[in-house]
Amino acid sequence: MKVSYFPGCTLKTKAKELDKYTRKSAEVLDITLEEIENWQCCGGVFTTARDEIATKLSSVRALSEAAKKDQILVSVCSACHNVIKQTNNAMQTDEEFNFRVNQYVDEEYNGEAKVMHFLELLRDEVGFDKVAEKVKKSLEGKKVAAYYGCLLLRPSSVMQMDDPENPTIIEDLISALGGEPVVYPYRNECCGGYIALENPESAKIRSNKVTDSAVNNGAEIIVTACPLCKYNLEKNGSEIPVVYFTELLAEALGVKEEN
Amino acid sequence: MQRIGVFVCWCGSNIAGTVDVQAVSDALQNEPGVVFSTNYQYMCSQAGQDIIKNAIAEHKLTGIVVCSCSPRMHEATFRKTAAAAGLNPYMVEIANIREQCSWVHKDMPTGTEKAIILGKAAVAKVNLNAPLKPGESPVTKRALVIGGGIAGIQTALDIAEAGFPVDIVEKKPTIGGKMAQLDKTFPTLDCAACILTPKMVDVAQNENIRIFSYSEIEEVGGFVGNFDVKIRKKARFVNEDICTGCGICTEKCPQKKVPNEFNLGMDNRRAIYIPFAQAVPKVATIDADYCTMLKTGKCGVCSKVCTAGAIDYTQKDEIIEEKYGAIVAATGFNPISMDKFDEYAYNQSKDVITSLEFERLTNAAGPSAGKLVRPSDGKHPHTIVFVQCVGSRCSACAEKGKEYCSKICCMYTAKHAMLTRDKYPDTDVYVFYIDVRTPGKAFDEFYRRAVEEYGVHYIKGMVGKVSPEGDKLMVQASDILANKQLHIEADLVVLAAAIEPDKSARPLATQLTASMDTNDFFTEAHPKLRPVESPTAGVFLSGTCQGPKDIPETVSQASAAAAKVIGLLAKDKLTGNPCVAGSDELMCNGCSSCERVCPYGAITYVDKEFRMPDRTTRVRRVASVNEAVCQGCGACTVACPSGAMDLKGFATKQIIAEVDAICR
Repeated sequence: MKVSYFPGCTLKTKAKELDKYTRKSAEVLDITLEEIENWQCCGGVFTTARDEIATKLSSVRALSEAAKKDQILVSVCSACHNVIKQTNNAMQTDEEFNFRVNQYVDEEYNGEAKVMHFLELLRDEVGFDKVAEKVKKSLEGKKVAAYYGCLLLRPSSVMQMDDPENPTIIEDLISALGGEPVVYPYRNECCGGYIALENPESAKIRSNKVTDSAVNNGAEIIVTACPLCKYNLEKNGSEIPVVYFTELLAEALGVKEEN
Repeated sequence: MQRIGVFVCWCGSNIAGTVDVQAVSDALQNEPGVVFSTNYQYMCSQAGQDIIKNAIAEHKLTGIVVCSCSPRMHEATFRKTAAAAGLNPYMVEIANIREQCSWVHKDMPTGTEKAIILGKAAVAKVNLNAPLKPGESPVTKRALVIGGGIAGIQTALDIAEAGFPVDIVEKKPTIGGKMAQLDKTFPTLDCAACILTPKMVDVAQNENIRIFSYSEIEEVGGFVGNFDVKIRKKARFVNEDICTGCGICTEKCPQKKVPNEFNLGMDNRRAIYIPFAQAVPKVATIDADYCTMLKTGKCGVCSKVCTAGAIDYTQKDEIIEEKYGAIVAATGFNPISMDKFDEYAYNQSKDVITSLEFERLTNAAGPSAGKLVRPSDGKHPHTIVFVQCVGSRCSACAEKGKEYCSKICCMYTAKHAMLTRDKYPDTDVYVFYIDVRTPGKAFDEFYRRAVEEYGVHYIKGMVGKVSPEGDKLMVQASDILANKQLHIEADLVVLAAAIEPDKSARPLATQLTASMDTNDFFTEAHPKLRPVESPTAGVFLSGTCQGPKDIPETVSQASAAAAKVIGLLAKDKLTGNPCVAGSDELMCNGCSSCERVCPYGAITYVDKEFRMPDRTTRVRRVASVNEAVCQGCGACTVACPSGAMDLKGFATKQIIAEVDAICR
């Protein structure tokens, strides 16, 4: 399966492992990730300001590129996926936004591309059962807490990935890899997000709630898809290790490099 | 050729201020058919009406046009005037030169020009008017009430009191509805059962009332005054006439693991059961889904212990056919499902309950015999958090909640909070709200008492998350007045779930051809002036099937609906509106287009014999309009592809004549 791949800025800097293990796992699962040529920053956040289109143009270019190749546009960073999916939705449903954006792009684009998070790709296109078949080193006995954060699932009417209050997608993946998913109440609460810059104390309170909740429910490790969540949880949270879900995936598939 | 009289009203200065009334009556004098034209200060006054009557006699008028206010205002007046002078009342046309002309124009020339045009249109129409005679139909003097909650009970009692027979159809084994499940009622805190059950007994003992419990509406035909209804009396496997309601069977039945719906599944009942002690009718019912005898043929314990011999495992559903003059929908409400509200952990923790479950928990006849305990471990809760508006006023999340305010939650939550603090003063009670809405007699005082005398912590803000941690419920909420995040360790969380119409309402509305709004509440004929009538003639609305209501309001509306029903049943004959649709059978090709668009179910198809030019006869399917049901909306006349359907008094050629007159 060939898909278009939008890594995003953070995956080239702070979150290199997220990128690396996505690529390694994809290889094992017969997914060819074709990196979008000349991709630019997704915009970072999907601004709700109605007159703001400049930060969304680069997402539109990436979407347009994938649509031209008739490929699914896959990203793995929660934030990139959120911005790209919301932008695509706006192109499909917001006539005025669509009109204004199309004044700035070379080729007309109307939301034709299909956008998927790497997790969705594994669940809906590859199938978790197929992933399970490729497991070489089962995570058996490992108590893994999935941390969703805000951006992966919300707004749920647009993201349409899973139930935002009671999701199962990462837990199902953990089970497929042989691990033991730990369901804990704070798995879809905010980590503090960008408030870490302005008010680190608040972010700390948020992050601690998440990690404490995971630890109290018996987790040994937390997995996430979001570089900012990982940053906040590691910086502020308790001692529990936080890794990208792709790292555990690569480990289970037997393609993780040992340091 | 008609002889038409034109009467232009000044309406004091209302019309004459912006319309030159003399110019209008002069201009209309020259219209085809007009033999007399005049104007007068107040045409609706006695003197004005006399001018009309005299003119009809003197000029042998066959039709009149009154240029005045909206026909809503005085059409009936002028029709009566015409009738008094011996003219068919449907030979009267009103040209509205007030609301649609003088009131909206500022200068005399434009107003006058438009008034003349409107007058010309009315003259053109009346030229084509034909005398109409309203039809009559008899009235079956029996009413049907669908739903046996407090709304249905009150409506039935009031109708029966007036001397008319009433049937109540209730789908559950007993009447009583939601009110029977409540503990206390606001704002006076009388026990719900104490005020409801005497009414249930009144129903049972009233000679004019029949109760069809465990029954559903199968089919509704006919029209106002003459409904034909089929009622399905579901098999309860117990002979109602023999069962004494002693309850021995419900104690001996070995199948003990049936979730008790009366206690919202918080405890179990047997497969043969009487929902509650004061049930009416007090007879047992076998739940076929759980009965071992009915499923496997092996058991029969209830039959053995029944001294009356009332158990009948061979009982079948029975269809009862009855005629009714009026039908009252009283199908009630249900709390919405909490499945989509995972943020409150309703499905994750037994100690997160809905307000109706709280009612059962505090009710002496409930699963905990009235002791307020946590469903999970039976311990007394020391901190209780009430969350209001769960799914109500939820416009941002329409896919899981409701946009409307459920109206009753503020009051019952205040009641719950107050009663908890009264009985268990060691309990901390928090109520999270968006707004506290307590209009109503003695309502706001009640809520203030909860806050001021009983020390309930009312906090403006919503709960964002409830997470079970150990045996506690961690409640995360915002206090928007203090601009703070709150974290409360609660023992019990009570959700004020939004209410929605009962699921049976939608199919019933289809059977009744009664209209509904987007939330599946029945629509009233007029939101202010006809609130207890459905737009479908002969169908009335009682209680929460029309919109969220508390008990006082429900009972008021139930009595109002009964008054309307009594008014209808008191008539021997119904006079219809003659401005109804009629089909030209020679042009009708029986395509069903009209039937599909008719919102009132007034159109049926009949097979009719026609003589053909070659003297043979042929049977064709043609549309037939029931004039007693037709409301004259005209939808069918537009839908009819062959032009066979036309509206009397508003025929296509009349409308075209009006348009031509305006465009001339």
